[in-house]
Amino acid sequence: MRIVVAMRQLADLVEELEVDDSGTDIDREFVKFVANEFDESALEEALLIKEGVGADQVEVVAVALDEPDVDQTLYTALAKGADKAVKLAGVPEGWVSSHTRASAIAKWLESQQWDLVITGVQAADDLDGQVAGLLGRMLGVPHVAVVVSAVPEGNVVKVSQELGGGTVAEEEVAMPAVLGVQAARQSPRYAPITRIRQAMQAGGLSEETVEVSGDGGRPTVRRLYAPEKSGQAEMLTGSAADVADKIIELIRAKGLVKS
Amino acid sequence: MANDVLVVAERSGGQLTDITYELLGKAKELAGAAGGRAAVALIADSSGVDSLGAADVVYTVEGPGLEGYSPEAFEKALGAVVDAADPRLVLMGTSTLGLDLGGSLSVSWGAPLASYVIGLDTEGSDIVATSQLYGGKLLAEAVIDGPKAVCTVIGGSFPADAGRAGGSPEVVQVDAPAGLSELKARFSALREPDRSGVDITTADLLVSVGRGIGSQDNLELVEELAGALNAPLSASRPIIDQGWLPKPHQVGKSGQKVKPKVYLCFGISGAPEHLEGMRNADTIIACNTDENAPIFDVAHYGTTTDLFDLVPELVERLGS
Amino acid sequence: MTLDPTLALVETRKVFAGEGTVAQAVFYGLSVLTIATFFTGIVLRVRKYGRGRPAREGRWMRPSHREDVPEVTTKPSFAKGFWTVATNRTISRDQPSVGMAHLLVFWGFLGLFAATTILSLDYDILGNVSPLLVGHTVSFFHGPFYLAYNAVFNLAGVIAILGTAHLMGRRASHKEPRLDYTRAFKPEEGYSRKRFMQGDWLFLWLLMALFVTGFLIQGLRIDEAHFPGFERWTWMGYLTGLGWNAVGVGPHLAAHVHPWLWWFHILMALAFVAYVPFSKANHMIASPANLVVNDPANTRRLPSPPSGHPGYTSLADFTPKELLGLDACTKCGRCHYVCPARTAGAPLSPRDLILDLRQWVNRQEHIPVVLDQEERPAATGPLAANGSTAVAGDVIAPLTLWSCTTCMACVEVCPVGIEHVPSIIQMRRKLVDEGTMDATLQSALQNIAQQGNSMGKSARMRARWTKGLDFTIPDARKEPVEYLWFVGDFASFDDRLQGLSRTLAGILHHAGISFGLLYEDERNSGNDVRRVGEEGLFEMLVEHNLAALAKADFQTIITTDPHTYNTLRNEYPSYGLDKPVRHYSEVLTDLVLSGRLPIKPLGGHVTYHDPCYLGRYNRVLDAPRALIEGLGCELVEMPRNRTGSFCCGAGGGRIWMDDSFLEERPSENRMKEAVALGVDTFVVACPKDFAMFSDAVKTTGNEGKMTVVDIVQLVDRALDRDRLPSLQAAQAAPEPTA
Repeated sequence: MRIVVAMRQLADLVEELEVDDSGTDIDREFVKFVANEFDESALEEALLIKEGVGADQVEVVAVALDEPDVDQTLYTALAKGADKAVKLAGVPEGWVSSHTRASAIAKWLESQQWDLVITGVQAADDLDGQVAGLLGRMLGVPHVAVVVSAVPEGNVVKVSQELGGGTVAEEEVAMPAVLGVQAARQSPRYAPITRIRQAMQAGGLSEETVEVSGDGGRPTVRRLYAPEKSGQAEMLTGSAADVADKIIELIRAKGLVKS
Repeated sequence: MANDVLVVAERSGGQLTDITYELLGKAKELAGAAGGRAAVALIADSSGVDSLGAADVVYTVEGPGLEGYSPEAFEKALGAVVDAADPRLVLMGTSTLGLDLGGSLSVSWGAPLASYVIGLDTEGSDIVATSQLYGGKLLAEAVIDGPKAVCTVIGGSFPADAGRAGGSPEVVQVDAPAGLSELKARFSALREPDRSGVDITTADLLVSVGRGIGSQDNLELVEELAGALNAPLSASRPIIDQGWLPKPHQVGKSGQKVKPKVYLCFGISGAPEHLEGMRNADTIIACNTDENAPIFDVAHYGTTTDLFDLVPELVERLGS
Repeated sequence: MTLDPTLALVETRKVFAGEGTVAQAVFYGLSVLTIATFFTGIVLRVRKYGRGRPAREGRWMRPSHREDVPEVTTKPSFAKGFWTVATNRTISRDQPSVGMAHLLVFWGFLGLFAATTILSLDYDILGNVSPLLVGHTVSFFHGPFYLAYNAVFNLAGVIAILGTAHLMGRRASHKEPRLDYTRAFKPEEGYSRKRFMQGDWLFLWLLMALFVTGFLIQGLRIDEAHFPGFERWTWMGYLTGLGWNAVGVGPHLAAHVHPWLWWFHILMALAFVAYVPFSKANHMIASPANLVVNDPANTRRLPSPPSGHPGYTSLADFTPKELLGLDACTKCGRCHYVCPARTAGAPLSPRDLILDLRQWVNRQEHIPVVLDQEERPAATGPLAANGSTAVAGDVIAPLTLWSCTTCMACVEVCPVGIEHVPSIIQMRRKLVDEGTMDATLQSALQNIAQQGNSMGKSARMRARWTKGLDFTIPDARKEPVEYLWFVGDFASFDDRLQGLSRTLAGILHHAGISFGLLYEDERNSGNDVRRVGEEGLFEMLVEHNLAALAKADFQTIITTDPHTYNTLRNEYPSYGLDKPVRHYSEVLTDLVLSGRLPIKPLGGHVTYHDPCYLGRYNRVLDAPRALIEGLGCELVEMPRNRTGSFCCGAGGGRIWMDDSFLEERPSENRMKEAVALGVDTFVVACPKDFAMFSDAVKTTGNEGKMTVVDIVQLVDRALDRDRLPSLQAAQAAPEPTA
C-alpha cells in the first residue's frame, strides 16, 4: 500500500503578517514559513496507518511543492517515519492557489502508484477552496474532508468524518481515495532535531518537476487587508477585585446569580 | 437560470440549520439585485420546504445512497441540481458539507471558488467576496467575474432573519443522478456525541476556558468557579484536543454552537472557529491577558486581568 | 612449624597458639578460598564496569586539565578525593553524629585491617621467606613493636565498636524517612525491600561480632597466660581477660574455650572477606573509588550522548564511572530526603533510581548479591530477567525520569559522589528520541524549534517588553556595548516578568552602564532544552545564539535567568564562546557596593531563595546576600539555604510539563518554609522563581502575608533617585513605572 501525504508551507500565523506593496498578497520576504498544521496531522494519520498495517506493507511518501523552507518540512516528515519525500518544482513562486496546487499534485500522481492521498483538511490561505476536494475531483476518485480517523481494511479505508456539533459519520471508502484530515487519531509526534539532521545528512529528498497551468479557479484578489478592530468590548479595568465585582454585577443583572 | 443564486441546505438532526437561512437571506439579496431567483437545494431529504418561504424555488433530489451522508453521493446529487438550476452562484457553508463539495463542484462545474467568505456583494455583473484568511488576521476582497461562481461562507456571517421570511416557493424535483447505487464511498453509521454528562447548548450561563489556562491542573480553578455559578464548563478546541475535557464540552465549529445568556470565557483568544460557535451569545465577557486578542472584537465586556488573579476573586464572591 | 618456646620470654605471643598442624592447614586452605572468592567478586565488578562505554569515549577518569569549564568550587583532584575519603567529610556534612560514628568505624576497621596485615606480613611472609634467605626465622612481632601494636590496634577495635554501636542504635531507635525504603515509584504488582533491611543489619552485626569476638579471644589468651604484665599494653584485651576471670573463666577454662572462639572468629572473618564484594560491604571499595573519580562539573556541563545513540538504551551506554557510581551507593537516603520531586510526591527518588539501575545491571552481569535486593512478585522493571528491557521506560518509568527538576540537590548531598542528574538526562534523551513526552513539553519544544522561544511567540516580539522605556536599549549587533544582556524567554515574553526586565533595564541605564540586546536574534539559550534531553535542538540553539553573539561587539554577557547563566557559562565555551558571563544579581551587587547606585537603606526583614542554577550549580551565594544587606535589609535564612536550597520545581524543563500529579508543588513546600520564618518578603533572583513563587503564595493562601520580590525590585525601591546624577538631569521626565 502506498500513501501519498500532500504537505505544504504556510506563513507562520504566530508572526504578524504584513501586506506587500501590491496590496494583494502578504509580504513573503520577511515572513517565516512553516508546515501547515493540518498537513502535519495528515502525516501523523498516515504514519499511524503504517504502524497499524505493518511497516513493511505501507510506504508513506510526503510530497510538497517547492516553497520556502519546504526542505525542513519534508526532512521532518522523513525523521518522523515517512519512507520518501518528494519536492515538486516548476510551480510559480508566491501565493499558489489551491487549484494550481491540486493540479500540480494530480499531475505528479499520474506517474505514481498510489492508494491513498492524505492531506490537511484546509490551510489558512485557501482562498479558492481546499485541496482534498479539488484533487479528488481532478483525479476522479472519492474524497472525504474533515477526517479524524482513517483505517484501511482490505481495499477500502474506514473513515470517520466530523459533521459538526460533535456528530461523526462513519464511511467506507474504496481506494484509491483522497482524504482531508482535520485531526489524526493522536496529536502529531515530535521529531527530535537529531533525527531531522540525520535525515538531512542522509539526503533522500528527491526533486521532480511538474508542469502546471495557471491560476484558473481562483477569484482575483483586489485587496488584502487587516480587519479593523471593531473593539466593541467594553474593557473592565482596575484591580482583580474590582473586575470581579463588575463581572458578578453583569451576571447578576441577567438573573443568573442568586442574591 | 443564469442569474439565480443557489443555496445548498444543511441539516443537523434532520432540521435545517442556521447557515441555510443565513445563506438564503443573502441569496435573496444578491439574486434580487441581479434579477434572478433565490433557490435552495434540498439534497436527500425534501422535508422542510415550508420553512423555506424566502426562496423562489426549491430543488429537491432524493435517491438511493443519499441516506446518511456520503460525500460522493451528495456530490453527484448536487451536480444534478446545479445542472438543472444553472445558477449564477452557488452558496454553501464552510462546513463539512462545504469542504467536501465546494472544491469538487468548482472543478466539475468549471466555476471559480471563494472560500472562508464573510461578505458578499455584486458590482455590476461581478461578484465581490470578502474572505477571512490567515486565521482571521487578514481579509481578502476578491472579484469573481464570469458566469459562474461557488462560495463557501463562514457561519454567522449574515443574519438569518431574511432567510426565514414566509412565502411559497416553487418546488422542482430533480431526478436522482446515475451512479448513486454504485458508490465508492459508502455511509455506514452516525455517531452522536455522548450528551449524557453535559449539554452546554441549553445552558443560560457558560464558563468557558481556552489555551490560556496553561495546564490541566489549573482547570480545577475554573471548575470551581463554574460550580459556584452552577454553570457547565465549556472549552475551546485546544483544551479538548489535550484531553483535558471531553468532546461534548467543546464550543466552536467542530464542537457545539451555543447561545447562552452569558458566555464567560477565560484564556480564549478567539480563533474564527471558536467565534463561530459562540458569537451569538447574548452577553460575552472575555478575560484574556492579550489586549489584541480577537475575542475582544466579539465580546461585550473584556478584561486583561490575569485569570489566575480574577477567578479566585470571583469564586470568593460567590462562595459567601 | 613449631615455635621456639624460649621466645615467649620476650614481649610477644604465639600465633596459632595451641592450634595443630591440621588446623593450620585448614586455616590456610580456607584463607586461599576466601581470597579467591573476594577477588572473583572484584573481578566480576570490574568486568561489569568494562561492559560500559569504552573508556576513551566515556572517560574513566576526570580529565586532568579542563579549560572549557570554569571551576566554581575548589578544583577536584585525586588528593582532595583521598582527603574526603580519609575525613568522611561528606558523610558528616549534614549529619555530624552519623558522620562521626562512620568515621570511627572507618578508621577502626582500617586499623584492624592494618593489624591483620602486619601480622600476616610478619608471620606468613617474613616467617616463611626469612629461613630461606638467612637460615633462621626472623620476626619483628615482639618487644616494643608488639606492645605498641596492641595498644594502638586495641584503640582501633574500641572505636570501631563504639561507631558500629551508634549506627546500630540509630537504625533501631529512629525511624528516619531516609532509612525507610518505601519506594517513590510504586510498581503495580507490589514489591518488598525487607532484604535491604536485612542486608544492612547483617553487615552491622557481622562487623560488631568480628570486633567483639576479637577482644574476647584476646582476653582469653591473656587470661590463659596468667596476665603477663606487659600485656597491660593490650589494654582492652587485658580488661576483657579480667572480665573473663570475673565471670569465672580462669586460665584453665580459658585454654579450653579459646580454640572454639578462635575458630568462630576466624571463620566469621573469612566469611566476611568473601562477603564483601557481594553485599552492602562492597561500598568499602566502590564508594572511596567513586569519590576519587567523581566530577561535579558533569552536571553543570552535561556530557554528550554516546556517539551513534540518541540516549541510553543498554548497559553498554553507561560509562564505567556511572556503573562504579551505582555500586558506590550505600542507600544512605540523603538524596531521597532532599529531592524536590520525591518531596512533592513524584515517582522519583534518586536513591531508588540508582538502586534500580544497580539491580538491573547486576542481574544482567549475573553478579550474586547477599540480601540487599528488592523483590517483586513478577520479574518487572529492574528485576527483569534479561537485559532486553528498555532502561529508559521499563527499568526506570518515564514519569520518574520526567519528574527530575535537575536541581542537583542529590548530586550535592551524595556523600559518595554519585552523579544522578547526567544519567537521568541520558535516559531522557532516549525518551525524547522515541517521542515519549508530555504534550505540553512537546509543544514547548516545537515552539522553540520553530520560533526560538517556548511560548511560541514570534521572534520579532522578543524585545517588545522594551516598549514603555523612556530610552532605547542599543542593538548590540549595530553598536559596541560593554555588556550584552541575554534576557531569556521568560523575562522577555511573560507578562508577569516583563516589568522586572524593564526595571532592570532602567537601573542599568541610570547607572550609566553600557549594555545592549540581541533583539530578535536571541533564542532560548537551551539550558533546559538540553536537560529535557533534546540534544539536537540544544545544539541548534547554540549554533544560532553563537552566530548572533558573533554579530555583536561586547565584553561581557549578563543573563537574567540562572539557567541561561549556567549553559552560557559552562556549556557554550565547548562550542566556542569565550566571553565572561555574569548574572544580573552579581552586576547589581557591584553597582550597589561600589556606590555607583546611590541607596537609601530599606530596612526590614527578608528571606532569600537561592536559585538552584545560581547557588548550587555556580556557587553565586554571597553576592546576592551582600546585595540584600547592602540595601539595608536584614536577611533571615531559611533552614534550607545556600547550596542546600530547595528547588522551586521549574527547572530541567519541568516548567513546560504538567504538574497536576504532584501532591504538593515544591514551590508550595518552599513557601511554607519561608512563611514559618515570620518574614513578609521573599527575595528571588530568577524569573522562573518569581513566577513559581508568586503562584505559590496564592495557592498556599499566604497572600497578604508574603510578597515575592525580585532582587532588582529591591534595588529599585532602595534607589536614591535624588542622588542619581543622570536622573537629576532628566528630572522633568517622569520615572517609568515597571
